[in-house]
Amino acid sequence: MELFLSTLINGLSLGGIYAMIALGYTMVYGIAKMLNFAHGDIIMVGGYIIYVFMALNNPLLAIFMAVVGCVLLGILIEKVAYKPLRGASPLAVLITAIGVSYLLQSLAQIIFGSANKMVTVYDFGSVTILGVPMQVSALVTLGVTVVVMAALTLFIKYTRLGRAMIAVSEDKGAAQLMGINVNGIITITFAIGSALAALAGLFYLLKAPSISSTLGAMPGIKAFTAAVIGGIGSIPGAMLGGILLGMVECISYKITAIAPYTDAIEFSILIIILLVRPTGFLGKKRREKV
Amino acid sequence: MAMLEVKNLEVYYGVICALKGISFEVNQGEIVTLIGANGAGKTTTMQSVVGLIPKRGGSITFDGRDITKTPCHKIVHLGMTQVPEGRRIFQELTVYENLLMGAYSIKDKSGFKNDLDAIYTRFPRLHERKNQIAGTLSGGEQQMLAMGRAIMSHPKLLMLDEPSMGLSPLLVDQVFEIIKDINRDGTTVLLVEQNAGKSLAISDRAYVLENGSIVLSGTGAELAASEMVKKAYLGG
Ligand SMILES: Nc1ncnc2c1ncn2[C@@H]1O[C@H](COP(=O)(O)OP(=O)(O)O)[C@@H](O)[C@H]1O
Ligand SMILES: [Mg+2]
Repeated sequence: MELFLSTLINGLSLGGIYAMIALGYTMVYGIAKMLNFAHGDIIMVGGYIIYVFMALNNPLLAIFMAVVGCVLLGILIEKVAYKPLRGASPLAVLITAIGVSYLLQSLAQIIFGSANKMVTVYDFGSVTILGVPMQVSALVTLGVTVVVMAALTLFIKYTRLGRAMIAVSEDKGAAQLMGINVNGIITITFAIGSALAALAGLFYLLKAPSISSTLGAMPGIKAFTAAVIGGIGSIPGAMLGGILLGMVECISYKITAIAPYTDAIEFSILIIILLVRPTGFLGKKRREKV
Repeated sequence: MAMLEVKNLEVYYGVICALKGISFEVNQGEIVTLIGANGAGKTTTMQSVVGLIPKRGGSITFDGRDITKTPCHKIVHLGMTQVPEGRRIFQELTVYENLLMGAYSIKDKSGFKNDLDAIYTRFPRLHERKNQIAGTLSGGEQQMLAMGRAIMSHPKLLMLDEPSMGLSPLLVDQVFEIIKDINRDGTTVLLVEQNAGKSLAISDRAYVLENGSIVLSGTGAELAASEMVKKAYLGG
């Protein structure tokens, strides 16, 4: 019971983080039809911004600055690196994204050095629920991710802007014929994805108070895996894939015999799901139009 | 002055020339049709006029304004929209949400309810299916939805690219009736059709497009009577 409850909470909380990052991948893919491989590194930038502003010892200010900084960075990357490539071959865009990823990691190393930096954003301590001791930060993470995902779902479904995003992801040409500024929608998508990545950076620091230039690399790949498992381009798919992957990871870590192979298990799940269902759980085939 | 004035429009796909410098105009209140065989360049004309594909040369004026370089979404805000070839409704949205998207460019939301009721009155099928996912509609219903969605933006100029394509004869007649109706209500219409007989019958004027050039123009009746049109487009 104790093991079950703590694994459940930790799995959901990690899954929530993956889902937040996966949402960035999947929304950008759905709307700009590109894989933004630099997305994971926005998490790392968010972490460093928090680190810098924690010098003022004000967690809320640090988090706010991280979100604003990441949003601006995401918009800048889109404008400078990706926008000029609109209409170029997917391979050129992919290579550019990988280049942006290395650029961000290298810049972080130049600025902050290669040694890990320690930063405690806030110590929530632990509580005992039903006789099970639990990290409050995991509960906070879970709570915030649930609220954010619910808000995002409502935003997409019920606001003018959200519906415009669905329209653009389905058919850019037809969306333009409605008077929708597709470039504007792409900018907003990068902004939202980057804000979610900044929050993911915060959650990683709450989990373990240490940051390096590669903080975002593995979570980025895991969340990308989650997005593909759920069906790349699908928002509920990213949430489902993220939660699923987080649960698998936590359960696998608890089983001593397979714990060392956790990453391999997660990527194997990706391969198996892609073999059985190439579009992922909730993805659909898309046709491209002018 | 004409509402829409297209001069020497040239469009290329890579090195392939799809439009070789065509000129035509649409006057306020008219129904004008471009007829032409498959591959003549009709869709290319429609999409380049509305700003969806780039032009190599020429100029386009709409309502006295040069829109040659204006992006599509801004052109729509100026009062021109298009029911594109293949309808291209938003499959994942409901019928109602598609109509809502149609009104995206309308700043003043106070008239929305009235506009919606007008669409539902004109297309009762859409009213019956307003909460249905649009992708599940039949071809005819999708065409009605595409037309309804376009009307929601109050276009001064409505362009329709082969609206009768793939529809049963009964529905084809219905579509042409609706186009006449929309025009009577004050909307100028630019129509592209392979169905030359029906479209010439409702047109004030028409142009014949062949291999990226306009080879003939005149009133709907003149073209319907022309030997060349009869032979090539009216089955003898
Ligand atoms: N995306 C494209 N790339 C290359 N060639 C195209 C493209 N779209 C159309 N074409 C070519 O341009 C010509 C005109 O096509 P189109 O405007 O679609 O004709 P229509 O609508 O009259 O059938 C055709 O020869 C067609 O093959
Ligand atoms: Mg065509």
